[in-house]
Amino acid sequence: MLARTAESLFWLARYVERADYLARLLQVAGHMSAVRVDADRVSEWESAIVAAGCEEDFADKHAQADAASVVAWLAFDRDNPSSIVNCIETARRNARTVRTALTSDMWDAVNTSWMELRDFDPAKMNEDRLAEFLDWVKSRTSQVHGTYASTMLRRDGFHFTRIGQFLERADNTARLLDVKYHVRLPSVQDVGGLVDYYQWLAILRVVGARRAYRVLFKGRVEPAQVAELLLLRQEFPRSLVFCFDQIVANLDAIADQDPQRSAEAKRLAHSQYAELRFGRIDKVLQVGLHEYLTAFVLRCEELGTEIALGHLF
Amino acid sequence: MTAAATPCFDEMGWPDEIRPPYALIDAWLKALPPEQLALKRREAEVLFRRIGITFAVYTEGGDPERLIPFDLIPRVMAQAEWKRLRRGLEQRVRALNAFIHDVYHDREILRAGKIPERLILNNPQFRPEMAGLDLPHRVYTHIAGIDMVRTGPDEYYVLEDNCRTPSGVSYMVENREVMMRLFPDLFRRAGVAPVAHYADDLLETLRSVAPVNCTGDPTVALLTPGIHNSAYYEHAFLADEMGIDLVEGADLLVKNDVCYMRTTSGLERVDVIYRRLDDDYLDPLVFRPESTLGVSGLTFACRAGNVNLANAIGAGIADDKAVYIHVPTMIRFYLGEEPLLQNVPTHDCSKPDELAYTLEHISELVVKAVHGSGGYGMLVGPHASRAEIETFTEKLKANPHDYVAQPTLALSTVPTFVDAGIAPRHVDLRPFVLSGEEIKIVPGGLTRVALREGSLVVNSSQGGGTKDTWILES
Repeated sequence: MLARTAESLFWLARYVERADYLARLLQVAGHMSAVRVDADRVSEWESAIVAAGCEEDFADKHAQADAASVVAWLAFDRDNPSSIVNCIETARRNARTVRTALTSDMWDAVNTSWMELRDFDPAKMNEDRLAEFLDWVKSRTSQVHGTYASTMLRRDGFHFTRIGQFLERADNTARLLDVKYHVRLPSVQDVGGLVDYYQWLAILRVVGARRAYRVLFKGRVEPAQVAELLLLRQEFPRSLVFCFDQIVANLDAIADQDPQRSAEAKRLAHSQYAELRFGRIDKVLQVGLHEYLTAFVLRCEELGTEIALGHLF
Repeated sequence: MTAAATPCFDEMGWPDEIRPPYALIDAWLKALPPEQLALKRREAEVLFRRIGITFAVYTEGGDPERLIPFDLIPRVMAQAEWKRLRRGLEQRVRALNAFIHDVYHDREILRAGKIPERLILNNPQFRPEMAGLDLPHRVYTHIAGIDMVRTGPDEYYVLEDNCRTPSGVSYMVENREVMMRLFPDLFRRAGVAPVAHYADDLLETLRSVAPVNCTGDPTVALLTPGIHNSAYYEHAFLADEMGIDLVEGADLLVKNDVCYMRTTSGLERVDVIYRRLDDDYLDPLVFRPESTLGVSGLTFACRAGNVNLANAIGAGIADDKAVYIHVPTMIRFYLGEEPLLQNVPTHDCSKPDELAYTLEHISELVVKAVHGSGGYGMLVGPHASRAEIETFTEKLKANPHDYVAQPTLALSTVPTFVDAGIAPRHVDLRPFVLSGEEIKIVPGGLTRVALREGSLVVNSSQGGGTKDTWILES
């Protein structure tokens, strides 16, 4: 297929996935700041910014991370290239340039999202409207994902879309988990305390894994097990290993007349997959979760570059 | 003053003398409550938005993705009316292709003194790069849009020939699609000739003109200037309907005079390109060097017989408004036939006596820039203010070669759904003629309607709308 088309599909899927992630992040931050028992309610909003990977750009514009500034920045700000509204705009622009590669249902799903976006006026946001907006984002992104999964031919276009979605998801999951490293607890005694507990719980909520955790581990939320679930559990569709399972399968399925050129992308993906597939959480924690995740995010970036090079993007 | 002040032919005979092809429409309109029609109109708009059939208009501000207003009341032609038109269109396009071939070969029509040489050889649309090159089936304008108007039951005129990259065909197809969704019942009773196979015909036409060096199954691609082009939707629509790749200049490259597209698995050879990009931007090595939309070396690939472009480079020589005057001559010269379709009597302002006539009668005439398109650079005398006429007169005097003048025709009307209810509005018709191994015309075309009362300008950039065009099967 046309290299530009593959590239647009890849990014279309990434932006839709990102919009979904941001909506989840904001929902949980809002929820957490509402149920928190202590007075310090700012840190949830700070951690949302960290988990979105945009601390620096945010700091350029806002002095403090609170509900208003974080929602404005992550959901509605046109200056933030990764805000939800810009994700939807960019996804739709990508869809428009490759309309011929989309099924009509897929175009309809993306285009309808873009049209309905106009119904939400950032200037008139209040808590109720925001909740409605975030629910809407999640339902629209599910719609797009579901539509492409159930209507696209299983050919290169589908594989590139899939790779985009799961590379983005892997990156998001890793960043989310890494938030725990950045967010300081009020004091050392709080480690393992109530605040700590709620923070781990919040991470599970963002990825919609509260119930999954209960099914797999039972009992109280333990940091090591949260990390295991998000990194290494094959059964969980947002875990790093699940994402890489999808990435390697779809990379391998791409029809390629020149296997030399795309060899590096495959090598990277497969070695990362093997590491996750046969990894153990205690070994990861020995290295240090933060160090592990930092290296992982870099490798995702590298893989994205190699895929682009390997397929002439 | 409006054109409605002079009586003009209403194709429906609305409201009192309904012509036979419109009997069903008349009954339908009478049975349809107005609020139902308004509701359907809103439904249509939602459908168009959702499909994304938008048209970018080059003006400041406003929504860059505008909808062309769609009118629900179809324009209807009887089969016999259409047959006559079709024969005339075939004849005309055959002559246009013969003319372009001749211009780039022996120039017999110039040597015979039938068309002035300077009009061709000094014309910016004349591309010496094409001289002596033989094209498959001698076709240059593979897709031609012939703009027609009607002034009476049996009076049709060709307003202009669009031989370069005529657009609008997606509206012909989508208007029908939307009408059939909104009023399935009506179609069951009407017996309307289908238009949905246009893309199949187009692909067959393109495949039939594969270049000499294409041995296998030809690979066809559609070249678009990109997402910002006003007709981008149409490009995507046609590529999609044909199942071919929609490419931009950067997706193509020419190596050793062979044209390839960049795919995820390397370079793939392209044989036929349906290009929706003007000559000027096509190849920076040959035409405008600053163009980033085109493909370097494409002209050489063409000349080497490795790729064929539809429409061919230089086809624009046939749709110049000053060359238009000579189309009837072409038909007689190349085909030995009398023209079946009439030209609008046209004054060539480069001739002193015709310029004098034009200046004297400017308030009754339509004056057009020879190289203009899209309704820009045009004066509709009867509708122009004194000041507009004065400014235009100055322009005309300064460069008479650049203008032609035509009488203001009393364009036919078709009832149209407007704010005040149903009222007659002026229409034109653009049928699309496909030329390859054979000529194909899908029954119908794009009907454009001037929505403002009395207006004769149907261009979508100037407030025109469209209608579904029905050719009845019997």
